[in-house]
Order: sequence, then C-alpha cells, then structure tokens
Amino acid sequence: MLKIENLQASVGDTQILRGINLSVNAGEIHAIMGPNGSGKSTLAQVLAGRDGYEVTGGSASFLERDLLDMEPEERAREGLFLAFQYPVEIPGVNSTYFLRTGYNEICRHRGKEGLDAMDFLRLVREKLKLVEMDESFLKRSVNEGFSGGEKKRHEVLQMAVLEPRLAILDETDSGLDIDALRVVANGVNALRSPDKASIIVTHYQRLLEYIVPDYVHVLYKGCIVRSGGKELALELEEKGYDWVKGEAVGAAV
Amino acid sequence: MTQDADRSAWYVERFGEFTQALNGEAAAPIHQVRTDAIECFAELGFPTARDEEWRYTSLAALLREDLGVALGESPLPSDIEQWRVPGFDSHLLVFVDGIYQPALSSTADLAAGVYAGEMAAPLREAGRVDGLGDIARRGEDAFVELNTAFLRDGAHVRIARGVQLEQPIEVLFIASRPRCAVHPRLLVHVEDNASATLVERYVSLGNEVHLTNALAEFRVGENAQFDHYRVQSESNAALHVSALYVREERSSTFRSTCFTVGGALTRNHVHTQLQGEGIDSTLNGLYVAEGHQHVDNHTLIEHVQPHCQSHEFYKGILADDATGVFRGQILVHQAAQKTDAYQANRNLLLSDRAEINTKPQLEIYADDVKCSHGATIGQLDEDAIFYLRSRGIGRAAARRVLTRAFAGEVIERVRIEPLRALIEECVGQRLERAAALLE
Repeated sequence: MLKIENLQASVGDTQILRGINLSVNAGEIHAIMGPNGSGKSTLAQVLAGRDGYEVTGGSASFLERDLLDMEPEERAREGLFLAFQYPVEIPGVNSTYFLRTGYNEICRHRGKEGLDAMDFLRLVREKLKLVEMDESFLKRSVNEGFSGGEKKRHEVLQMAVLEPRLAILDETDSGLDIDALRVVANGVNALRSPDKASIIVTHYQRLLEYIVPDYVHVLYKGCIVRSGGKELALELEEKGYDWVKGEAVGAAV
Repeated sequence: MTQDADRSAWYVERFGEFTQALNGEAAAPIHQVRTDAIECFAELGFPTARDEEWRYTSLAALLREDLGVALGESPLPSDIEQWRVPGFDSHLLVFVDGIYQPALSSTADLAAGVYAGEMAAPLREAGRVDGLGDIARRGEDAFVELNTAFLRDGAHVRIARGVQLEQPIEVLFIASRPRCAVHPRLLVHVEDNASATLVERYVSLGNEVHLTNALAEFRVGENAQFDHYRVQSESNAALHVSALYVREERSSTFRSTCFTVGGALTRNHVHTQLQGEGIDSTLNGLYVAEGHQHVDNHTLIEHVQPHCQSHEFYKGILADDATGVFRGQILVHQAAQKTDAYQANRNLLLSDRAEINTKPQLEIYADDVKCSHGATIGQLDEDAIFYLRSRGIGRAAARRVLTRAFAGEVIERVRIEPLRALIEECVGQRLERAAALLE
C-alpha cells in the first residue's frame, strides 16, 4: 500500500530524513518509535504533503501512485489520513461543516454521492460513540477551545468518519490520560481491517499496550535503525532510547 | 480651476436645475435651508488628500463623472420581491432615487405610537420635519451639505415613548438611474423607554456608475434600545458616501452593525455622541472589497458624560488590488469619567497588493477611564489551510472557507436570521471574482 524508498527530506539547510525505507501492506499496523528530534513527525508531515519540507531524494508511492507528486487534498481523497500532533484551531468554522465538506470531497473523488446535512449528522452521531464525545462538539468551531485530550479525540473522530485506507497517527498519544488513550486505541482498532493499514508514530510504548502493532521500527537521526515485531517496543521501554543511540553509533563505526 | 472646484461648480449648477424642477415647492421655508446648504457646499468644496480626514481616500472616481439630478419619475423595479430579504418579515419602506414609493412599501399594521413614512409631504406642507438636521453636524462636511441641498424626501421613523416594537422596520434605498447623484435621507427617533430594530439597505438596479450620498440622524432616548443594521450592497460601479450621526441619551443602548459589500468607492462616516450617563453603545462593521474597490470607514465615538461603555469591532477583507481605510476616533471629554471604551479593527489581506490603512485615534481628557484598542492585519493561516486540505478540501475551497469564517465573527452578531443569510450571500458574491480565492 505504502512504499517508501531511501526518502530524504530537509527543512531549510537541515537534513532531517536521511534515507527512510519502509513498506506497509494492507492489514498491517506499524509503529514508528524514536527519541525526540529523530524525524518521526517530519516523516508524517512529508507523507501528508505539508509545505516547508523539501524532499531531496528517494521516493514514496501510495496505492501504486507517486505520493510525493500529489497535492495534500489529493492524498486525503485517495485515502491517506494524518492525525495531527497539534491539531489546528479554526475559529468560525463549524466542526460538522468542516468534516462534511471533507467527507463529501472524498466521496466525489471516488465517484460516490456525498451525504446531505441530515444523513451526515446520523453518521457522525454513530462515530461519536466510538470516541466517547458529546454531541455538543459538533456545534463548536473546529478545535477552538478544546482541551488537549478533546483535540486528539476529535482527530480520531475525523479518522473514524473519513475511514482512510492508511491512517498515520502523529504522537496522538502524547499527553493523554489513560481514558483518552483507550479511546484513541479503540478508534484505531475499529478501523483495523484486511484492506486498511495504520502507522502509529509514538514516543512511548504505552499506546502499544492497547494497539498491538505487527511491526515496530526505531527511527534515529533520520534513519530507521532497527525493525522488529511488537517485542521490540518492550525492549525499548526496558532499555531506553540510549540503547538504540549507542547501537547506531556502534553501527556507524 | 482645479478639478475639485470644477466639480463643485457642476453640483451648484445641478442645484439650479433641481430648484427649477421644484416649481412651487421652492417657495416653502425648507428651500432656504437648501439654499444655505448649497452655499456652504460651494464654500467648502470637495475634500482633497490635503484634508487629514480624506488622506487615504481619493475622490477622483467621483470628480471625473458628470452625474445628473434624478428629476421626474424614476424607473421602478419590475419585481420588488427580488430586492427583499428572503423570509424577512419587516415593515418595509421603499425609496427609489430618494423618493418614497408607497406602492412598493408595506407598512400596514404598524403598532400605535409608531410612525414610519416619508418626509416629502411634511416638508412641502409644514416646511419642516421635527428633529431633522438637529443631530448632523453642519458647516463641516461637503457631503452633508450636498445631501441637505438636494433634500426633498426621506424616511422618517418615530417610535413613541415606551413602545416596544417587535417587528423590525426596513428601509430600502434603491438607486434606479444610471449616472445620477441621489441623496437619501433618514431620520429616526426612538423615544424614551422605547425599543426598536431598523435595517437600512442600499441596492442598485443597474451596473452603471451612480452616486449615493446618504445622511442619517438617529436619536436614542433615555433608557431606549435601538438595534440598527446597515447593509450597502450596491453595484460594483457605485460610488457611496454616507454619514450617520447618533445622539444617545441617558441609560440607552445603541447597537449598530454596518456591512459594506458593494460599491467601487465607499466612504462611511459614523459619529456617535453619548450625551447621558450609563449608555451602552456598540459599533460593529464588516467591509469586503476586491478588484480595485476602495472602502473607507471613519468612526468618531464621543463620550460626553460619565459611566458609559462603547464597544467597536470592525473587520475587513481585502482581495486583489483593493484598498481600505479604517480610522477609529474615540473622544473622551473631561467630564466623562469611568468611561469604558474598547476598539478593535482586524483585517484580512488576501493578496500582496491589497492595502489597508488603519488608525486608532484616542483623545482622552478624563483621568479615570479604561480605553483599549487594537488593530491587526494578517493573511490566512497556512496551518489552517493545510489542516483543511489534509481532510480532502481543495486549496481554493479551503481559502474560501477560512475567509467566510473571518467574516463570520461579525455576521454572527446579526440577530435577524434571514438578514444574516443575505449578508453571507453578499459576502460570497463580493468575493466570487476575487482572483485570490480562485484556484
């Protein structure tokens, strides 16, 4: 589904991704872990098409199409979803209107008819239960005045409504209490299906107690320095990131 | 002679034409008021860039046009319904080129104690209208004088003491003739303890240049409440100059929301005088311009007495080569202790070429007051655009959504739902051609 080969990217003069290789197949959940500043969020942003990152080498394809050649909205319409680490507050834009506009764009792209306001409301109400959010959120402006936890639940709600083929969660677990963490995990697990995939970008192993990944990768200084099964996360938790850092230095010698 | 003086002389000539057409009416005492006004206008002349109040607004577009007087019968709109606010149940007064049109209006069932109608008959018969000209400042502003010189009719609204008028009054000024200058007039008195809502709208029938030079005077009595909306959605070729003078009395509440969503050149001047204690006064505004349009909003809030609050909130959206001016004067007299005045002007520039000149001007002569002001100029938030795009919304659509949201903060202050919908549509139409919002 997603194939990344030797991907390199920089911000200004600083190279952040130094040759990432990663393949994600339908039905899989991948976790990408790593210390602060290792390039985890940059990878997520580059895949979603954020301006300000320059891809300096390598390639990425999504569903056999050149991902890097697509506009951010095209990527979304094709089924890529990024849950933001820091969701943006948009005063004056109603949450339901925002979500329905995106939903209908994606429908149209796939040759399906969109939903009118009433039918869409029914759909969202159903999904609200999954993230244990109150209906009053729908009347508010996008993320405006939401607490940190509410913003993350809102990201998961959007994901549940848009039903992406590939969901990328950028540190969605950071700063969440255990209840919110469980809600995020439920959202991801509900999407789990043979034709969908997820990439969980996280600093901590905690979320992986609720979402069991098929693969764990460790990112350090812009490269994936280790890959393994779910047990790698536990090993990391035990030994800390210094272990990887030491290994990476060792490998470089 | 300068272009300015030439053009002043042109309007003095038009006044001669106007006087002749009045026939016997020119014998009424009101005509002396008109004659005094045209003389004053001739003396003042049109303002120039040397005039501090007009420094950033050029009248060139007005000065180069030979605009006539709207004499005789004006063409009427074939279908008045299309000019109404859909779903808005109001007492409607329609004026075409400044003249009242009873056949197009619907003011049946007005509550006892409410007068809403024309000025023409009283001006003709009694030679005067109670309160007319009492509030507007005279002898200072060429456009006020010009309006008075060509005064023949206007809307007069009076809400008697203690009357709570539920249904809004709507005054619709239609400019029907191309290449003419018309001078709409509005006088409102909400008497002590009364309450009312008034919607003042300006539209054009055609797409050719014309001048609307409007003058309004409001008196808000003691403990009265007055909610006012002004929607200028004239054609993109229209030249629109307006002045609103408001006298507020003790413990009254005045709230005005002014929308500029039409016109090539617009200048709005608002002067409120808080003449009693305990007044609550609000001025909201939204202006939207694209192409080479220009919008200028000048406001002067005058705190004369202590313990009053004023709130001012103006927002502007300027696309392409549009230019705007906001000047917010707050004058706090020495006696006006415990004044609480707040002013904000926020601008959204949708292109690198759009310009805004914003200038707060606080003059405070009292020593125990709270006055704050803030002006911002910004672009659309790139992070927000990316957020919308990452959910499948195209770039152009994302920009439109965010622009509408910016306008929404003023529009949501409109308490009449059908009017809110109309304004949203006008804002959308105004920006439809803006290159900045196209893909």
